[in-house]
Amino acid sequence: MSENKLGTLKGFSIQFLPYSEIKNLDSNKRIRKILDIIIANNILILQGRLTSAEETRLIGDTMAMIGYAKNFKGIELAVISGNEKEGFFSKLTKNLANALVGGDFSAITVIGPATIVKDIKKNPKKIELLLSR
Amino acid sequence: MEIKILTNFFKRMFDNLFSNKKEIKLGFYGPPNAGKTSLANRICKDFTGEEMGSVSKIPHETRKVQFKEKVEIKYKGKKMTFKMIDTPGIATKIDYEDFLKYKMSKKDAKERAKEATQGVIESIKWLDDMNIVVVVLDASENPYNQVNITIIGNLIARKIPVLIVANKMDLKKTDIKKIEAAFPEYDVVGISARFGDNLEEFYESIFRLSKKIK
Repeated sequence: MSENKLGTLKGFSIQFLPYSEIKNLDSNKRIRKILDIIIANNILILQGRLTSAEETRLIGDTMAMIGYAKNFKGIELAVISGNEKEGFFSKLTKNLANALVGGDFSAITVIGPATIVKDIKKNPKKIELLLSR
Repeated sequence: MEIKILTNFFKRMFDNLFSNKKEIKLGFYGPPNAGKTSLANRICKDFTGEEMGSVSKIPHETRKVQFKEKVEIKYKGKKMTFKMIDTPGIATKIDYEDFLKYKMSKKDAKERAKEATQGVIESIKWLDDMNIVVVVLDASENPYNQVNITIIGNLIARKIPVLIVANKMDLKKTDIKKIEAAFPEYDVVGISARFGDNLEEFYESIFRLSKKIK
């Protein structure tokens, strides 16, 4: 396909972060690490997921960065988890297992800068990234 | 005359002793433009005669947390007093350029974006102070938005009772079943805040939810 039809994609890269990279960090450092990756125009694929409190903190810190970091307009965020449709007992045993190993490894978190990721469409089974030109 | 004063005195004593004096802090949370203020206005108008805040088609119209104290909701002979807290919509991105298409000047758009980011931070700070929360979603939008999941996840972690409202049911392409499927563990009430449809079920759910306050 010609470049004219596609438009020009701004430079970005995709980074995969294994959970082990953030496992021993406290919430402040985890969020700082994630935001540093995003502000450097990377799409982050994180093994596992943040806690709901950390996700909220990430949103709050993102808002605080808009207007301060150049060309930063926020993030697109989606989590896809293997246990979303499971029953109570199954969830309970899985949560127990997660607590023992130190995280929900069945989940994948995708975070991208809003200037690159226009939208993340999610349904329970898949995540679709729509990129800006 | 003395008898009337005495009767009123005992009535007040009785009311104070047995009525639920304490205000229940009822928060309205959700993404921008879901209809949080429209719903809060509808309730306030019905029970106090006054509205809470302005509404607009332009996202992030509510950029500061707004309160209405002592809103006494009466439903089927029961009454409860609420402090209603309408919060700015929670978003993960805010781009001032999005406001330009509403014929806003660049300066105003930038100011609105700045206030909107601060509004999101303020909404998050207020999460801890709520007794019960109504999460207002636009029934014509995809409910699997991570903001919705994050807000509800936070409320669960804080053990705050949650009611999910599927608003804008007057629109054609709404799908309440999709919202129910996304959040199977919660009560979902479909309403139209704009036209006041199905508010009876909403009030019933709020009264039921108030009993779960810990």
